[in-house]
Amino acid sequence: MTSVVRRFGLRGIAFFYLAAILLGPLALVFFRTFEHGFGAAWDALSTAETINAFKLTLIITAIAVPLNTIFGIACALAIVRRRFPGKGVVNAFVDLPLALSPVVVGLSLFLLYGRDGWFGFLGDHGIQILFSLPAMVIATIFVSLPFVAREVVPTLREIGDEQEQAARTLGANSWQTFWRITLPAIRWAVIYGVILTTARCLGEYGAVAVVSGRLQGETETATLRVEERYESFDVAGAYAISIVLALIAVLVLVAMTVIRPKEETA
Amino acid sequence: MSTAAATVKPVRMQSERASTALSLGLVTTYLTLIVALPIAALVFESTNAGARGFWEVVSSPEAVAALKLTLWTSIAVALLNGVLGTITAWVLVRDSFRGKALVNAIIDLPFALPTIVAGLTLLALYGPQSPLELGGHKINVAFTTTSIVLAMLFVTLPFVVRTVQPVLLELDEEMEQAAKSLGATELQTFRRIVFPNVLPGILSGVALAFAKAVGEFGSLVIITGNLPYKTQVSSVFIFSRIESGDRAGAAAVAVVLLAISFALLLSIGAIRHYTTRHDRD
Repeated sequence: MTSVVRRFGLRGIAFFYLAAILLGPLALVFFRTFEHGFGAAWDALSTAETINAFKLTLIITAIAVPLNTIFGIACALAIVRRRFPGKGVVNAFVDLPLALSPVVVGLSLFLLYGRDGWFGFLGDHGIQILFSLPAMVIATIFVSLPFVAREVVPTLREIGDEQEQAARTLGANSWQTFWRITLPAIRWAVIYGVILTTARCLGEYGAVAVVSGRLQGETETATLRVEERYESFDVAGAYAISIVLALIAVLVLVAMTVIRPKEETA
Repeated sequence: MSTAAATVKPVRMQSERASTALSLGLVTTYLTLIVALPIAALVFESTNAGARGFWEVVSSPEAVAALKLTLWTSIAVALLNGVLGTITAWVLVRDSFRGKALVNAIIDLPFALPTIVAGLTLLALYGPQSPLELGGHKINVAFTTTSIVLAMLFVTLPFVVRTVQPVLLELDEEMEQAAKSLGATELQTFRRIVFPNVLPGILSGVALAFAKAVGEFGSLVIITGNLPYKTQVSSVFIFSRIESGDRAGAAAVAVVLLAISFALLLSIGAIRHYTTRHDRD
């Protein structure tokens, strides 16, 4: 009897917590967005600046995700399969973006590429980094860097290197071994990592806010646009963009749920 | 066959060594360009004014107030996560109800949802336009410390759940049944059997949540109003210093946050190291 009470009590606490923090707020924004019909939300979304902001977000994501995927796989292979001096340092720097404030990331890039920074000379040669696409891409790469590596490392450890060694003794070179043996074995972990990386890239705000200069229609991503709309008292516009980003987040969740079981049984 | 092996081996070793060098070179160059150099530039900037200059900025009343606020709200959020996250993980593993898979999927929402959107949704439900009432008063937490805690709870929700859940899944229920059949009450079973096993998971989840909370920015921008001495946390302090052109001030406080991040990563690594060694014994 008491056990039943406790069970339902704990379930109640967990449900209340999730509803109060996650679902309640999101549901209300959904409701408010479509309160005045679908057309109003569509009008808010189809302004030139908002479309540009989404385009910019997609461009940044399309550059950052493939680069971080290649790096993540190479880095995981190095951490698990190789011995080299300074491995601990590499490990620490790969994890750092998980624990570091995005604003600190943005500031670091701001100082490095700023006029007085070590790479400030690039500006003198007409190579614009800060307040334009390159800095925004680098900032996004920084914050989304660990996800593929962190997903692939445990899988690589688990599968061991017996099959890889067998392939080598049978005459395969390291490139062949990677494509035929290693990559198929870690593919679900890679895909899972790519999904997490994509979500992080689409949603990045703090680091990009610092290095972009937030020029409307030029260096404004979707998340920056949400803030700009809200500050300009266009709450409906802010909500409409938020809902699109939230729908993408739901897609990400669906993908995560579909892939996770496969990854665990692989 | 032995002659074939003898001729193939040196060539293969050479290409092996070349590919190792290539991939290591790629990894370290990328890490240096993207992560290490910017961090070095930040640390360098903070030392520009010397130790005294650094200390002057960090110990200024506004910076201290922001850091104190950041630390105590993050500690509160990390502890709340420790309790509520463990309960949620327990419910997801040991309880059975309809729609459990859905609830399980929703846990990851804060990983997938942009932080600025998180702040906006919290403001919609708990801000000035809130439809909620408590004891006849409209709820409005905008521009208060409560709003900071709420936003930090949102973005850190998955950490403890996702570190405790796999441990609970692997934990043998027979141990708990044995304890119960030997006369242990449910509370005793939890305290003596379940808790010691999930503690490392809780601790590393709490440390991750704390790290995330200390650095959180996006979800706090809209909802806290950025009021110095009242609701301005360190990340927002840094941002406003950048905007006003005070690079030294921004860099000094940023280095403090950087140090906290490194310390937390080290302690998470230590917890992980301790638990895996424990497994092998």
